[in-house]
Formats: sequence, C-alpha cells, structure tokens
Amino acid sequence: MATAPTSPETAASRWFPLVVLVLVVLVLAGAAEFAPTVVQRRITQGLINLVAVVGLYVFVGNSGVLSFGNVAFMAIGAYVSALLTMPAAAKGVFLPDLPAFLANAEWPALGGALAGGAAAALVGLVAGFPLMRLSGISASIATFAILVVTYVVLGNWTSITGGQNSLMGLPIYVGLWTAAGWAVVAIVVAFLHQESRSGLLLRASREDEVAAAASGVHMVSHRLAAFVVSAFLSGIAGVLLAHFLGAVRVETFYLDLTFLIIAMLVIGGMRSLTGAVAGAIVITLLTELMRQAEVGVTVGATTIAAPGGLGDAVLALLMLLIILFRPDGIAGGREVSRPFRPAIAMPENQHRKAQ
Amino acid sequence: MIGQAIQVLVDAVSVGGLYSLTALGIGLIFGVMRLINFAHAQLITIAGYALLVLLTPSAVLAVLGAVVAAVLLALLVERTAFRPLRGADPATLLIASFAVSFFIEKVTIMLVGSRPKGVDFLPALAGQVEIAGVRLQLLQLVTIVVSVVLLVTTTWFLKSTRLGLEMRAAAENFRMAEVLGIRANRVIATAFAISGLLAAAVACLFVAQTGLVQPRMGLQLVIIAFVGTVIGGLGSLPGAAIGGFLVGVATILLQALLPPDLRVFREAFLFVAVTVVLLFRPQGLIPARGLRERV
Repeated sequence: MATAPTSPETAASRWFPLVVLVLVVLVLAGAAEFAPTVVQRRITQGLINLVAVVGLYVFVGNSGVLSFGNVAFMAIGAYVSALLTMPAAAKGVFLPDLPAFLANAEWPALGGALAGGAAAALVGLVAGFPLMRLSGISASIATFAILVVTYVVLGNWTSITGGQNSLMGLPIYVGLWTAAGWAVVAIVVAFLHQESRSGLLLRASREDEVAAAASGVHMVSHRLAAFVVSAFLSGIAGVLLAHFLGAVRVETFYLDLTFLIIAMLVIGGMRSLTGAVAGAIVITLLTELMRQAEVGVTVGATTIAAPGGLGDAVLALLMLLIILFRPDGIAGGREVSRPFRPAIAMPENQHRKAQ
Repeated sequence: MIGQAIQVLVDAVSVGGLYSLTALGIGLIFGVMRLINFAHAQLITIAGYALLVLLTPSAVLAVLGAVVAAVLLALLVERTAFRPLRGADPATLLIASFAVSFFIEKVTIMLVGSRPKGVDFLPALAGQVEIAGVRLQLLQLVTIVVSVVLLVTTTWFLKSTRLGLEMRAAAENFRMAEVLGIRANRVIATAFAISGLLAAAVACLFVAQTGLVQPRMGLQLVIIAFVGTVIGGLGSLPGAAIGGFLVGVATILLQALLPPDLRVFREAFLFVAVTVVLLFRPQGLIPARGLRERV
C-alpha cells in the first residue's frame, strides 16, 4: 500500500517545503509593512490570490484534472460571508426582501468566513459527487457547469444576492496580516492534505490511473475529498476578497478571475505547492508592473503608455510559452528542497507525454 | 395553441442546430488530437468581426471573408500553438487551448475594444413567413436549413471521402492510423480548416440573430457546446452533434416551459439536468470507441 516516505532523513526534508513557504509569506507580509499604502494593498491582494491559487492547487495539482469551477466557490464564500456579516441596516437598504434570519444576522468576521468556506465545501461535495466520476478531461469541462450555474443563480436571485448590482457596506476587515494569516492557513492545509494518505493516493492515481486502480486505490473518492478541501480554501479566498474590497459583485467571479487564477497556477507549476505559491507571487508582481506600464511613464510633456489590456494579453502569452517550453512551470514540478542535497524529484511520468 | 407549440419547436430546433454545429467543430478537433479547443470561440468571434468589416461592400463578400478569416486563424493556431504540443496529454492541451483562447481574446479587446458593435447582417431574414397558418421567423428556418446542410455535408465528407476516412481512422486510434501511413499533418490541418468553416457558419447565423458582435460572443456559445460534447460523449462525432443539439433544444424548451420568474435561471436548470444525466451515463450518451486508455 502506498504510504509516506519512511527513511529517517526524510522527516526533516519532508516538512522543509512547508516551513520555507510559510516563511516566504511571512517575510513578504513583513516587508510590505514598511511599504507605502498602495503597495501594501497590492501585496494584500496578492496574498488573497495566493489563497485562491493554493485552493485551486489542492484539487488540480494532486488530481491532474483542471478545474474551471473554483471561482464559483470563491463567489459562494464571498456571498455567504457578506450576507452573514453585513450590518442589518445595510441589508435593509440593499436587500429589503431577505428572509428574517438572514436580514438580522450580524455574525462576527471569523464565523462568517468559516461559514463561507463551509458553504463552498458543501457545494463542492454535492457538485463533485457526479462530476468526479467522469474521466479526467470530461470532468474538467463539466466543472464549467459549476461556474455557469453559480454565476447565473447569484446574478439572478435578486432577493438574496441583489442580482447584478453590487452588494456594498461589507465590513472591511481584511488587511495585510489577515490575508497573510489565511495564506499561511491555506499553505498548511494544502501541505497536510498532499502529505496525507488520501493526498498521496490521489497523486499516485494522477501519475498512473490504471496502476493506481490496480493497486486498490479508489480514485473517485480521493478526488472528491481533494475537491471539497479545494472548494473550502477557494471559498475562504472569496471571503477575503469580499471583505478586502468591501463590496461583492457577481461579475467579479467569472471568466477573467478564473483565467487569472489558472494562469498563476500553470505559470508557477501546477504539480507542486511551491509552484502554486511561486505563481501567485510572481504573477502578482508582473501584473502590477504591467499595470504601471498601462498607466504610462511621463517623459517631459508626453506620456508613453502601453495600450490598455496589454497586461492580460502578456499574461496569456506567458502562460502559453510556459506550456510550450517549460510545462511544469517555474517550480518544475518540485517542492523547494533543502540545499546541498540532491533535490527530491516528484516522480516523473515521461511515457504518458510520449503517447 | 398548436401554432405556438410549433413556433417554440422551430425555435428549439434552430438553436439546437447552432449548438450542434459548434459542438461538431469542437468534436472534430478533439477526435483527431484529443484537444478541447477553447480557441473555437475566437474562430467564431473573428468571423463575426470579418462580417462587421466586410458588410459594407456586400453580404456575400462578408460571408466569404468570415470563412477565410476563421479558417486562416484555425490553421495559424494549429501551426503555432498546437502542433508543437501534439502527443501531449489532454490536460496539457486543454490548458494550452485555454491560454490561446484568452490570448486571442485579449488581443482582440486591445484592437477593437470590448464594447458590442451593431451589425445589420441580412436584415431580410428578420421577416416572418406564414406556413399553413403558423407564423415563423425566416431566420430560424434558414438556420435549420444551413445546419442540416452542413451536418449532412460533414457526415458525407467523413463517410465517403478518403480524407474523411483517414480522419475517422485518426479519431479512433491516432497512433495506429499514423503507422498505417496516414499523414498526420494533413489530417489535423484539414480538421482545423473544417472547424474554422463550421465556426464561420455559426458566426453568420448567430450575428444575423443577435445583430451584434463583441469579443466574448464566441465564448458564450462554446461553453454551452462544450457541455453538449460531454453529454454526447467526448470523442464521438455523432455524440458531439447530438449532444450539442439536445443542449440547444433544452435551452429553448426551458425558456418556454419554465414559469416566468424562473426563466432567468434556465442555464442553471440546464446544467443541473446535464449533471444528472452524467450521473447515469458518465461516458456520455454515445460513448466513443477507442477513447479508453489502453494499458
């Protein structure tokens, strides 16, 4: 039966990536503490993206099945938390038709966040049950159904969500350290999951579905477990985004955000947690640079600016180039490993590529 | 009452035809190289914009321009992005096509802006005709005819020509087909060209219906058609056509049969229904042969 590596020296090596990734997040947040407010806000947003990318990674990285549905979980988390934590007075203005138990609810921030994550996880469980039985590529496409259904329901269920209008007046409690704290939680959860028995068995089935099945691995249930954990973390990312912006809009949680989160994961490298974290950080920096370029540099009287939308085009092109020339992304499918020793490579699977 | 039912039915069949053509274009590419082609959306979009640009001289030129634009873009994408990835696993191909699709969309937005533009394409088709006392929209009848003609032609091509036979062989077992001397480049390029042609047809019909072009127009169609191909059975060409058709028909029937305050949720109902179907038939309605991985 597949179990965790057992040789004695691996104990320290095993936890090494987790320690490094958590430190990276803490150092980043600590450095941002001394930065101007604008930069601080960007880094906070980057950390929220990191939670979303790690959330997506828990399913995609371990199962090898791309999901287009995780932004829907973000939306569910955002709306659930918004409805539970908004001041009753604000709800009276925006959502006069709410049922009483929602209209009067004024939950504390943490309760709202956990409820948002839990609601997303529950939807993940219900939706994942039929979808995880599909073969990999069909499952990927079918996760689009989650995205579209959520988008349509949230965008039209006017009495509960306000429909196409923004919900405003959410308590804004997500600052740098809240985001950093949840980023650490997301990394720890993702790491514990991938080192757990279920996570390891799922990774085995990712490498070779037939061999794993022949060894008695019930892939579907491990996929479902990963999907639920992934939905929970994505839900939390949505909660953070909502309470960072102070408003939610259904339009936020659709194709563009889906693209951004997937691009981050692919560019970082979707086969390792290190890749997910690296992708989120690198692409946040890159999009910030592109944003500056679109604003332009003023030289004397003229402003030289890149055309609007260039940032997105560059990001898409970068993603394509990564797939063509470095398919395992920045991290190359490995976790960070202790220096001065041969890197512990993830088991490669060349024959599948060559078919 | 019966007249109304026939109107809804004709509407359903015409929308079904549109999705069927879209799904077939996607299914062809999946068949020959296991690629879910997101960029099919941009083939439709670019054909739409070709209509917009060339409509002023003449409608015929516009249709020709749409076909040429979509076919050229399809071949270009195949040559630059997908050929180097041939033989990569389907998950990698899926991500690649997602990236290609977004890249073209973002460049389109950079060039033409993201706002919808009005196109008065074939206004004559907006008229109605009366057949046996039932008033029908001419455009819907044209859509049905065009869909049937293209589906029949594509079927004929696949069944009765040498290239079509090679394509079906490639869809069933690409490696074996190559070993038996089928030229991969030619077969795949042809598949892309046909999918470009189908995309152009869809664009013409869709633009005539909505009177608008916008950078996201293709994506709306393609996402629903994707689900159609999954319902039909990924990798099976009749499956793609039938799945797309059923999804289109279901959209219109839901629109007609749901109580008014639930109509806005019709896509949600549709996709939930799709999920329920997949519970019972995870391989789709017409499971593809040769898709299961051999050990």
